Amino acid sequence: MTDPVLATHGITKSFGAVQASRDISLSLTPGEIHAVIGPNGAGKSTLIAQICGGLAPDAGRVEFLGQDVTALPTRQRARMGLARTFQISALAMEDTVLQNATLGALGARGGPVGLLRNALKDQDLRDKAMTALERVGLAAQASTVTAELSHGQRRQLEVAVALTLGPRAFIMDEPMAGMGTEGSQRMTTFLDELRHEAPILLVEHDMDAVFALADRLSVMVYGEIIATGTVDEIRSNPQVRAAYLGETT
Amino acid sequence: MSRENMINATLLLGLAVVPLYAWATDEPFTITLATRVAILALAGVGLNIALGLGGLVSLGHAAFFGIGGYAMGILASHAQSYTPLMEVPFLIEGTKSMPVIWITALAASALAALLIGALSLRTSGVYFIMITLAFGQMFYFFAISWPAYGGEDGLSIYVRNDFPGLNTLDPIQFFGICFALLALALWLNARLAHSPFGLALNATRQNAQRVETVGLSPFRLRLAAFVISGAITGLAGALFADLNRFVSPTMFSWQMSGEIMVFIILGGVGRLYGPVAGAALFITLEHFLGGLSEFWHIYLGALLLGVVLFARGGVIGLLAGRKVAHD
Repeated sequence: MTDPVLATHGITKSFGAVQASRDISLSLTPGEIHAVIGPNGAGKSTLIAQICGGLAPDAGRVEFLGQDVTALPTRQRARMGLARTFQISALAMEDTVLQNATLGALGARGGPVGLLRNALKDQDLRDKAMTALERVGLAAQASTVTAELSHGQRRQLEVAVALTLGPRAFIMDEPMAGMGTEGSQRMTTFLDELRHEAPILLVEHDMDAVFALADRLSVMVYGEIIATGTVDEIRSNPQVRAAYLGETT
Repeated sequence: MSRENMINATLLLGLAVVPLYAWATDEPFTITLATRVAILALAGVGLNIALGLGGLVSLGHAAFFGIGGYAMGILASHAQSYTPLMEVPFLIEGTKSMPVIWITALAASALAALLIGALSLRTSGVYFIMITLAFGQMFYFFAISWPAYGGEDGLSIYVRNDFPGLNTLDPIQFFGICFALLALALWLNARLAHSPFGLALNATRQNAQRVETVGLSPFRLRLAAFVISGAITGLAGALFADLNRFVSPTMFSWQMSGEIMVFIILGGVGRLYGPVAGAALFITLEHFLGGLSEFWHIYLGALLLGVVLFARGGVIGLLAGRKVAHD
């Protein structure tokens, strides 16, 4: 097996008496979609926060591109190519769709941020932003104010911003939430292609999408990963059926 | 041309035409009023970069206004008494040259903003308001208790400073200088707002987490905005001192910080010409209502209440309608 792009080693995090992450070790290898599923409150978002920065684990390490990034702030992990999309859209709501995408392109450029040039007339930034919007199917909404987008479209924009970063790995927190069946299917097709560009760690509640996409699945319950395996392995795992799949379906 | 642009152009034109008319009809007092508007608007443009673009509610901008004022006062007082500021380790003499004073005011207030910002931007919300207020008060009490430059009584400068090729004692010429600097600051502000920096700063105000996840530092963006903002307000302070030919600790007072913020709220937070509209309205009210009653601030208070409750976009918002997303 090839070296993982991203890996956690024994991540542990407690909030008072609640253990949100218990000794979590998982990896993301090139070209794969690794889905993390689990009931609400299982600690998926806490796990993502520790992988992306912003929340420091009590114990354990996060490795990205073979480098220990546990102590690095969110910003530097993003610079290295870790792109995150949020469960609750984290976008500049008053800005246009294009401005949001341009912000991503700006971050990818990384260098000194210009003071007097017009950002939206910068051809390089604009091209990058527009390409990303076209890929997620939001090009027509480029000059729409983000607050006016539907929930599904906001998810698409989240993904577009992540694309502009030219990332080495995607961390996606429920990219299909709020989308209709059709939107969900389109996103599924899109992510299926995207995995060849950079692997995706996918947290998602839409089981159809997860089963269609995931190369590997990890099941989280009460801050712990109780099983990791292929879709078939997980489906036939009695422990998982009892703890999770049985509960929801 | 959008409606807001048209209103902006009218405002700027009005600010130029009123004193020119006063000049033609020989009413120097009106020119002085217009000059006050231009200078206070400039101070507001400074704060508006932090407040409107960056969302940083600084209640300590009087610190920069005062630093600019004292930069002028200290340099000019040494020039008028022919005593150098310092001789060791190297000689620094006072000056009556406006450009030199401006650069000093810009640099000193930028430096102060860098230090104040580096500390206070680690907090946010109410704490940020309080910490900037505290810094402003520190400068205020320091100025009061520093006898070298007049202490509580302030410092008089007998002759207005020089600008090459102009007679600065002529009200209309001094107005021209202040107006030109205001126009320059407005231009700079407009460019800034559309620049990559402005885009990132604007996004930081709305969602700092987003900015961080694309690899940019919200702290550095805010700090840069705070420094630019402080420097412009500092420049306004130097001009204000030159207008009055007098500097005193009241320039550092929290009421001054509040007044600059009132300009912005009256005119429209985050609107490019908000401070111009706000300062013009404020000075006009002060002039006419102040003539009617000593307690004119009551009416100002009522107006402010009205704006906050019913016209959140201020005067500009009321006239131009909702802010349109620029493309």
